[in-house]
Amino acid sequence: MNNPFLLRIDWLSFFLYLILVSFGISNIYSTGFTEESLSLFEWTTPAGKQFWIFIFSLVLFPFVIFINSNFFEHLAYVFYGLSILSLVGLFLFGQKISGATSWYLIGGFSLQPSEFAKITTALFLTARLSSIQMDFKKRQELFKLFLVIGVPLLLVLLQPDAGSALVFIALFFVLFREGLDMRIFYLALALVIVFILTLLFQPLNFSIALAVLFLLVFRFLKKSNSKVKKTPFLLVFVTLVFFSLSVNFIFNNVFEQRHRDRFNVVLGLETDTRGIGYNINQSKIAIGSGGFSGKGFLNGTQTKGGFVPAQHTDYIFTTIGEEWGFIGSSGLIILFTVLILRILYRAEKHTQPFPRIFSYCFASMLFIHFFVNIGMTLGLVPTVGIPLPFISYGGTNLLAFSLMLFVYLNLDANRLS
Amino acid sequence: MIRKFLLLSFTLGSSLLFIFQLTTLQLFNSDYTERSLNNAVQKRPIYPTRGLIYDRNGTLWVANKPVYDLMVVPENLNAFDTLELSKSLKITKETLLTQIQEAKRFSRKLPSVVMRQLSLAEVGILQEKMWKYTGFYFQKKSTRDYLLPIGANVLGYTSETNQNEIKTKSDYDLGEMIGRQGIEKTYEEVLRGTKGEQLFQKDRFNRIIGAYEGGAYDKASEAAEDLTLSLDAVLQAYGESLMNNKRGGIVALEPESGEVLALITAPNYNPNLLVGRDRSKFFNKLVQDTLAKPLFDRSLQAEYSPGSPFKTLNALIGLQENVITSETIFACNEGHFYARGAFMGCHCRVGTKSDLKKGIYNSCNTYFAKTFMRIIESKPTPEEGVNLWKTHLEKFGLGNYLGYDLPIGKRGFIPDSEYYNRWYPKGSWGATNVVSNAIGQGEILTTPIQMANFTATIANRGYYRKPHFKKTNSLQERDSLYPINQTSIDTQHFETVIEGMHQVVEKGTARIARIKGIEVCGKTGTVENFIRLNGEKTQLTDHSIFVAFAPKDEPKIAVAVFIENGYWGARWAAPIASLMIEKYLNGEVKRGWLENRMLEGSLQSEYEKPLLGKAFTINE
Repeated sequence: MNNPFLLRIDWLSFFLYLILVSFGISNIYSTGFTEESLSLFEWTTPAGKQFWIFIFSLVLFPFVIFINSNFFEHLAYVFYGLSILSLVGLFLFGQKISGATSWYLIGGFSLQPSEFAKITTALFLTARLSSIQMDFKKRQELFKLFLVIGVPLLLVLLQPDAGSALVFIALFFVLFREGLDMRIFYLALALVIVFILTLLFQPLNFSIALAVLFLLVFRFLKKSNSKVKKTPFLLVFVTLVFFSLSVNFIFNNVFEQRHRDRFNVVLGLETDTRGIGYNINQSKIAIGSGGFSGKGFLNGTQTKGGFVPAQHTDYIFTTIGEEWGFIGSSGLIILFTVLILRILYRAEKHTQPFPRIFSYCFASMLFIHFFVNIGMTLGLVPTVGIPLPFISYGGTNLLAFSLMLFVYLNLDANRLS
Repeated sequence: MIRKFLLLSFTLGSSLLFIFQLTTLQLFNSDYTERSLNNAVQKRPIYPTRGLIYDRNGTLWVANKPVYDLMVVPENLNAFDTLELSKSLKITKETLLTQIQEAKRFSRKLPSVVMRQLSLAEVGILQEKMWKYTGFYFQKKSTRDYLLPIGANVLGYTSETNQNEIKTKSDYDLGEMIGRQGIEKTYEEVLRGTKGEQLFQKDRFNRIIGAYEGGAYDKASEAAEDLTLSLDAVLQAYGESLMNNKRGGIVALEPESGEVLALITAPNYNPNLLVGRDRSKFFNKLVQDTLAKPLFDRSLQAEYSPGSPFKTLNALIGLQENVITSETIFACNEGHFYARGAFMGCHCRVGTKSDLKKGIYNSCNTYFAKTFMRIIESKPTPEEGVNLWKTHLEKFGLGNYLGYDLPIGKRGFIPDSEYYNRWYPKGSWGATNVVSNAIGQGEILTTPIQMANFTATIANRGYYRKPHFKKTNSLQERDSLYPINQTSIDTQHFETVIEGMHQVVEKGTARIARIKGIEVCGKTGTVENFIRLNGEKTQLTDHSIFVAFAPKDEPKIAVAVFIENGYWGARWAAPIASLMIEKYLNGEVKRGWLENRMLEGSLQSEYEKPLLGKAFTINE
């Protein structure tokens, strides 16, 4: 370890990565564990497959880490272009698996191009944001940025794969970090709140409450500062009420019942434990039954009972909650948080825009996966099919996120060059 | 500044939120542990075998027999010879494969039924090959076994509950046996017993590894009670054989107790047909027979005009209302004019003078028409007269449900003034308009069990107990469940009528019903009847009716026999009733010639007449 470059590598993140993936594979093994379980290294089992992908990723690690950083910056648009092509190609050659055309089947492997599109979009967005002529005040530039995010977003939405679409939306965190008008953020936040309140309390009640609130605030401000004008208040009020009404309309007339159900379950407006609420309910039972220290590795009864669907992929967190208990599951949450915060911390330290922005992209993508996936299994977020990176079973996902981490490590280690 | 901390605060915020949620789920909520236990512990109900059913003499009538469901746990399946198994099960390979596919779709780990209710014989053939079919096993269940293939109409049947029923019947499991008709339905709670529950611990592979907590939380099932019916199985079987190739019903009661001794409807079916895998096949056949209607219990549900036996009731009312005495004499000239231009025929020769007894044993229409008119006209208005008449009849259990312990029945019909006011504008009707009721034709309708019941009431000289099918354990129980229903007719009036009924058998219309050594009292009936054939009212051959009780003093049995299209009372109904009485009181029948005639006699050609689409003659 005398090589100063190797010393500059963010080994903490890499170490967290190793722990997370190993932990993930153990839990995938547990979900598929039967009395005559095959060896961990058997390619035919999910755990075995995941294991070999992990090994393959580790083999790639030295190659990625020693590549010249400029390579990513200069070829970003090529990768992006190829990704978009692969996403478009899905509509021609894609394989439909459980309702979404998200996979290519090539020689026994199933590949999910949207996973790679996440890293290439991140790279290309980083390249655009870090270019010298970037200026958030120029409409044209702004429009181009939206396009970079919007094109893959639209393509995955058409598959349809709402989970991946959310990941592209998460890139807005990067835009806000880099100078996008914060008012857009506040507006988005306000709209999300209005959306939830509308569903909870119906538009009429919401509008009345909003009117009262605005009136009080206006009175209060008027007293302290007589220059306050009515018009902006009225405008915002009308906009919010209009939005509330349209939310109601869209929710009831555009959404399909299964979408409505997902929201209703989370908001507590529905408590059907057999039908739509079944997944959430079983997921909560499994996690809740883990108690403080869990039932022990391979000993989860809910995990084996097959009560929770998609347990080795999107609902892997239920196995962790059941077998590892509060200690294991909160430990995992802390590990993830540390990893994300670590990446953000390193990002802020960069003097150059490219590594900083890319690290930010990586952190925001990790965050959205973490937030939506665990939130969903805990019944805090509506059901969206999105894996938990490094943990959930899924070869392409593991490979893509490993690569993204390695690229991050590369850029981070090369901060001095 | 805020830009730098945006994502950071989101990350920290959601971590805290998650850990908070984990705390509530895992640390402060034992509810989830319990619910997880529900998944990890398997509950299996224990069903007590259904109660046995005995006849009044202690003969075992209905028992249980084991049947086996072939189950499969898809997870444990290995490759096997599907053709061989399907052949052994006598189903097609495709059916077998579909069943397995459906089982897989239901659950790979939980058992599903492949084939229901295999008999012991069928299982025997398969049993030695079962080692070849891993993943399959037999689950024992129990179904009804009718040791005596009779009385299907009384016993009813059982079958498995379906998806819809368990929504409303919360204490039933899917596929649990439930009584559907008859005794099985009425006494479901008794026959069913109380089911128990066995808890099994499942391991982490969801396999059962033994009793949960050593069976500490298991609940034993409580055995079902056995049931003793009031029916006499020998009499029931005899009655059913007498009704071969005929349609109609026989109801035999013990007058003193109201116990039903036999309840026969014809045609009937073998109760064993509605057991086992082919249940629905046979059930559909029975349902689809819309001509003979084997599922229609004629003894309880068929409403007929009672015909001449009803004259006895009019006589009793006449006596009670003092419009006639036992000495009252009416003249009959092959009938009489009851109004200007309205003549009611009778088979009495011209110049016949009858007193009440003779009126009964000769079944004189004129006598009872005149009696009936006097009853109606004894009040200032015919409305009051009809209502008075009805009040008396209701006391005999007519015009309403009798309230016996079987789930089906009909009210019958006794008209009142309101009914006639609807037909005739108010005030424009009188006794003459309703005179048909005098001879049991008119508007009145009764079911065979109602007829048996009023016969028993006459036999009892003025009271009845509700007919019932379950033998009561003690006289106290009988008196509280089935108290005496007193009629409004004074006891002394019955003797004349009973003597008349005795004469019916001795020298009247039903001499064929005489039994050596037994004083039988009876009354024949011949009922005109009509159907709508191709939209036209068409008369069919008369129904043959006979009601009787015996012995005359301290009667032990009262019978009503109704033979559809049997022409006249003494032709079929009287001999059958008489044979039933002889069989019940003497234990054997000496009149072999009569017995053979009844057993072998068939009315099928009569029933086919209106179906052939040709012109036909009746009463031949």
